[in-house]
Amino acid sequence: MTDTVDRSTDPVADATPERCPIHDLASDYDMFDPDYLRDPFSAWAELRNACPIAHTDRYGGSWLPTRYDDLQAMAKMVPVLSSKSPIVIDMPDALVKKDSTGYNAASPISADPPEQGWTRRALLPHFTPKGIAAERTYSEQLCHELIDGFIEEGKCDAAVDYAQQIPPRVIARKLGVDESMVDDFIEWVRGVLELGLQQPELRAKYRDIIRDFFAAEVADRRQNPKDDLITALCQTEHEGELLPDDVVVGMCNLQLVAGIDTTWSSIGSALWHFAGHDDDRRRMVDQPELWDTAIEELLRFYAPVTMARNATEDVEYGGVTFKKGDKILMNFPGANHDPDHFENPHEVQLDRQRNRHIAFGVGIHRCAGSNLARMEMEVALKTWFERIPEFTLSDPDAVTWAGGQVRGPRIVPVTFG
Amino acid sequence: MAIGVPVRIKVDAEKCEGHSRCYALAPELVDVDDLGNAFELNDGEVPEGLEDKAKLIVDNCPEYAITIEED
Repeated sequence: MTDTVDRSTDPVADATPERCPIHDLASDYDMFDPDYLRDPFSAWAELRNACPIAHTDRYGGSWLPTRYDDLQAMAKMVPVLSSKSPIVIDMPDALVKKDSTGYNAASPISADPPEQGWTRRALLPHFTPKGIAAERTYSEQLCHELIDGFIEEGKCDAAVDYAQQIPPRVIARKLGVDESMVDDFIEWVRGVLELGLQQPELRAKYRDIIRDFFAAEVADRRQNPKDDLITALCQTEHEGELLPDDVVVGMCNLQLVAGIDTTWSSIGSALWHFAGHDDDRRRMVDQPELWDTAIEELLRFYAPVTMARNATEDVEYGGVTFKKGDKILMNFPGANHDPDHFENPHEVQLDRQRNRHIAFGVGIHRCAGSNLARMEMEVALKTWFERIPEFTLSDPDAVTWAGGQVRGPRIVPVTFG
Repeated sequence: MAIGVPVRIKVDAEKCEGHSRCYALAPELVDVDDLGNAFELNDGEVPEGLEDKAKLIVDNCPEYAITIEED
């Protein structure tokens, strides 16, 4: 992408030597553009051919890879592509709290080795398929209760009334905090990641609320141990010492910022898909044995999460130079649509056999909660189909999509029958 | 895959990052440890009739950690 540019005559390339030559998607993509949020797929397809590692100056500047092989390789460029600041838009210096170690942290997602390794090992046993058995039972009961609440009305908002309600309750239960916190959790997560992404003061406000809440919970568990994740983390040792409070608070913070709107986006996207694609909906009713591959396919196609990395030094990759400090968007959703790795990537194929999707990332930062997310998605969709096998999108124009780092539908009105 | 030839799967522990997708798709063939990292059941030998599932978990591993070996 850089070898065709005549830098002596192209003013754009001249001013920005590492970028693609023309003012277009490749040099000016906008991750918050409503058209991009509705249909990022065509943008990725265009970029993959024209400029597979694109750049924009918007929102502080970032790089956007779109090829599967590049995402695979870049995920393994550790620690030169650091995870210490995984949010796409950095907080202004004035709002960054530097007074306390790890104040902005959510280990292991916001850590590099070695901290990434020991915090991850502390967390993973609680998120294996067997480690989440209790959450599965709870999720099944929860999904039935939610459906009980609206099935008689013959309609609901599948995003607001269902998808959005499941992960915060599962996470609250896992952490061991009162279920009455759920509405707060939803507000806090949207405040930090959805609305707060472009509003730093809002993000700082909710960051502090979350941190203060979990600092109190951790202090409580030190005194009054319970049978929950917060207690388990408080009792975990690293090199003979209990994990410090700051680290445990950060790991609790991670449960909220990584475990809630991500999963509700996946559940919401799947229901949006079936509500608008009657052939696929009927196929799942007729062939429930396809759920295993169908869930992986929906994860591939509607992968919600884009994490960020920062270059810790100047590094050349794929014909571009990431300068020290540059932000790189780990466009796992884009990789999942690369035709070099997925046959007919723009089709949802519920029985897709070859599907090495990287919706949960790849390498050492593979989503620690991926099994929990997959389980919630499976239970949410199977329970919905068992109770409400026939449903359609009642008002397609009312559907809205949130984006930035977590893409998913926020309004999905459906009618039953 | 030739008919009647025993099929074995092998999980490369160095490559596995604990996605557990193989376990979700074929718990008859693999299990996972406390970190979610996969290991073969039955020394990797694939019971007759499950050859398609073996192929499926190979083709769904995002880390390219699972391979099929024919004896």
